[in-house]
Amino acid sequence: MQFLSYLVNGISLGSIYAVIALGYTMVYGIARMLNFAHGDVIMVGGYIAFTVMTTMGMPALAGICAAVLVCTLLGVAIERVAYKPLREAPSLAVLITAIGMSYLLQNLALLVFGSAPKSFSSVIALQPLRLFDGALIITGETLTTILASAAIMAGLTLFVNKTKVGHAMLAVSEDRGAAQLMGINVNATISLTFAIGSALAAVAGVLLCSAYPSLTPTTGAMPGIKAFVAAVFGGIGSIPGAMLGGVLLGVIQSLSTAYISSQMADAIVFGVLIIVLLVRPTGILGKQTREKV
Amino acid sequence: MKIRSLNPNFRRRLVTYGIVAAAFVFIQILSGAGLLTNSLSGQLVPICAYVIMAVSLNLTVGILGELSLGHAGFMSVGAFTGAFLSVCCKDVLPGWLTLTLALLAGTAAAALVGVLIGIPVLRLQGDYLAIVTLAFGEIIKNLLNSFYIGRDSAGFHLSFKDALSLGLDDTGEVIINGAQGVTGMPRSASFTLGIVLILVTLFVVQNLVDSRTGRAIMSIRDNRIAAESVGINVTRYKMIAFTVSAALAGLAGAMYAHNFSTLVARKFDYNTSILVLVFIVVGGLGNIRGSVIAAAALTVLPELLRGFSDYRMLVYAVVLIVMMLFNQSPQFAAWRQKLAAKFRRRRPNRKEA
Amino acid sequence: MALLEVRNLGITFGGLHAVDQFAVSIEKGQLFGLIGPNGAGKTTVFNLLTGVYQPTEGEIVLDGKSIVGQKPAVINRAGVARTFQNIRLFKDLTVLDNVKVALHNQVKYLTLTGVLRLPAYFKQERVMNEKAHSLLEIFDLDGEAGQPASSLPYGKQRKLEIARALATSPKLLLLDEPAAGMNPNETAELMEIVRLVRDRFGIAILLIEHDMSFVMGLCERIVVLDYGRVITEGDPEAVRTNPKVVAAYLGGEA
Repeated sequence: MQFLSYLVNGISLGSIYAVIALGYTMVYGIARMLNFAHGDVIMVGGYIAFTVMTTMGMPALAGICAAVLVCTLLGVAIERVAYKPLREAPSLAVLITAIGMSYLLQNLALLVFGSAPKSFSSVIALQPLRLFDGALIITGETLTTILASAAIMAGLTLFVNKTKVGHAMLAVSEDRGAAQLMGINVNATISLTFAIGSALAAVAGVLLCSAYPSLTPTTGAMPGIKAFVAAVFGGIGSIPGAMLGGVLLGVIQSLSTAYISSQMADAIVFGVLIIVLLVRPTGILGKQTREKV
Repeated sequence: MKIRSLNPNFRRRLVTYGIVAAAFVFIQILSGAGLLTNSLSGQLVPICAYVIMAVSLNLTVGILGELSLGHAGFMSVGAFTGAFLSVCCKDVLPGWLTLTLALLAGTAAAALVGVLIGIPVLRLQGDYLAIVTLAFGEIIKNLLNSFYIGRDSAGFHLSFKDALSLGLDDTGEVIINGAQGVTGMPRSASFTLGIVLILVTLFVVQNLVDSRTGRAIMSIRDNRIAAESVGINVTRYKMIAFTVSAALAGLAGAMYAHNFSTLVARKFDYNTSILVLVFIVVGGLGNIRGSVIAAAALTVLPELLRGFSDYRMLVYAVVLIVMMLFNQSPQFAAWRQKLAAKFRRRRPNRKEA
Repeated sequence: MALLEVRNLGITFGGLHAVDQFAVSIEKGQLFGLIGPNGAGKTTVFNLLTGVYQPTEGEIVLDGKSIVGQKPAVINRAGVARTFQNIRLFKDLTVLDNVKVALHNQVKYLTLTGVLRLPAYFKQERVMNEKAHSLLEIFDLDGEAGQPASSLPYGKQRKLEIARALATSPKLLLLDEPAAGMNPNETAELMEIVRLVRDRFGIAILLIEHDMSFVMGLCERIVVLDYGRVITEGDPEAVRTNPKVVAAYLGGEA
């Protein structure tokens, strides 16, 4: 029963990783860059929700909406200001810029909110679920996280595969030049990708802070990097891959924390990344690409 | 022989050595005149360590062209190896010999870890390589945080659990105590040692860059496929650059460790790696002299400007972004050219006037 | 025995036969042309010959030794050098250093010798400089030796690529559209240089080129590729009058 409880926790944590990983994987697929600042957008989402709910005393829904709105605008603004001018630049330059952006967000948050952890009040009012005569307790946060993540993934899959805009995103990720020639507005598509990714990051931020209620300027950094590991694990650029990778990574982390140690759990998660990249660099569901000469 | 008649690369190197020597003399004069604040004189060895870190990271990022985000990991390997050796030997060997051995051991251990990590990492490139070096940096930190080693009459004991499980007898002492790190280090590093090691680092890196090996490494950076097409063994030269870079980071770490009486692994986290990255971006990627100056200046500045230290990392973040936009974006490049053209046009006008 | 013997060479990209049953035999010192419409698979042949792509089938024998399955660097050391359609210079290195990189396997010393500046370093560097300068002189690039490669005008960049390839002392030189983007004067000059290179170094040259007067005026033998297959091979006159070649270029039926 202990094991089952760790497993459920792992799936819950993994669902959050999956939602974050979706943002990474879409941006990587479409803009061909590793958006290092993605994890810190989660943190911004957490702080916005915290400010609206706790400082201003407004209802949880308002907090979530505000977080989504601010993060969407932030994501689009980051892309416009810092990444768009570097679209043809070497990947080293883009990556360093993204790292700079990540640091900028963390340090702005440090100035505005201070380094002391804020205690986040959960947005979920659901009663815990008691199974097997109370031997297995699933909290409302866990349940909501899993359900919300599943809904987000389903919605996103439908959006990408069934709508015209979604098809444009697929086309740009396949071949940016050709998509442009076919009349697709590449800039708008990339902006939209950042908007969606950042909105998802806001939701992930609220879910993450509800489950782990201590909010600091570096709250988003580690989950962000781990979600990237999840995206690579599942196959970068692949939406189902991000989901699969996220959940698997969450389970791996939860079980290693329980049975080995929390220090080693992080090492194991990164070990997974290294092994995946060496054995199957395209991830579980990714596809092979060939370098043009 | 006149300096002007020398090979331009050699001249450039001489100037860099000269700057380091001049800084040494300048600090010695300040110190002699009692103008050095306590906090600044305490920073002298760390500054030297950061200069070595920056020069060595520039070898990977600027010369080889691959982003490493785990450079602090190699520094910690050097620091802990050196510290371990010093604590073990301090009662048996004379101080200078202990320190020399500690520095050599730190360098060698980091080089070894560099090779071990390099074998898998260097098969990757670009974003993936960067994220994997970050992963290895974190793994090293996590392992050191849960690493225990002690010594008693029966010899050395190792554990990854806690100090108790080392099972030491009455004569035992814990040398590396997990997250609490190492205590009781001899504080034997000095500013003079730091300057000597900077010069050694510069000698190695600058001579390496301006040689057959260095050209091969830079050719991989500029165009890997073309480098292969002229017979360069890409893996081999990536490995050389990465290992030398790791070894020198280990040297910096071993020296750094001997400036304090205690040493903990969390000092060498991701933030430290990024800080060194900021130094080399500000100094110019591939510009060795720039790394030296930027590392020293950006470590001293927050000490001098008290109010600045709160905004330090914020300013660094902005600097990273602006430097990249300024150097790499086509719009900025066009704007720079326009500006340069304007200046060119103005000059002859002035002559006429 | 021919210098290069290629038999039944083929590669498929996702079910598409990009190159299929390619065969060619090149003699020592021969000037050989590889032509065909856009997308016929010419550059893919170069990538197969130099190990950038691994063929799905076939044999490549250089000087009696198979080089199939070897890495690009190993194939270069075996004696095949190339230039690229989209120029690939070491753009931040100087013109001189571009050539010195290519002398890597011709003039050697240990990494440690370089770091410690032992006497061998100075001696070998001098040898390298002399060799590099004499190559640059052939291509009239000696005056720009100290400039970064990226600052050269387009035509000179193409010439530097050839000089760099030659520095590896190849037995076979592959030129991928060497005259692309050159004006008629530069093209005429390039023809002279290619002949000179062949005569002076005694190497075989296989070249891809769209400029027909260049190919016909220079090459002793020409192989024509269409849809990844060889449609004919012969001397320039035979190729020029071959109806299959005409049809392939005009897009008609043969």
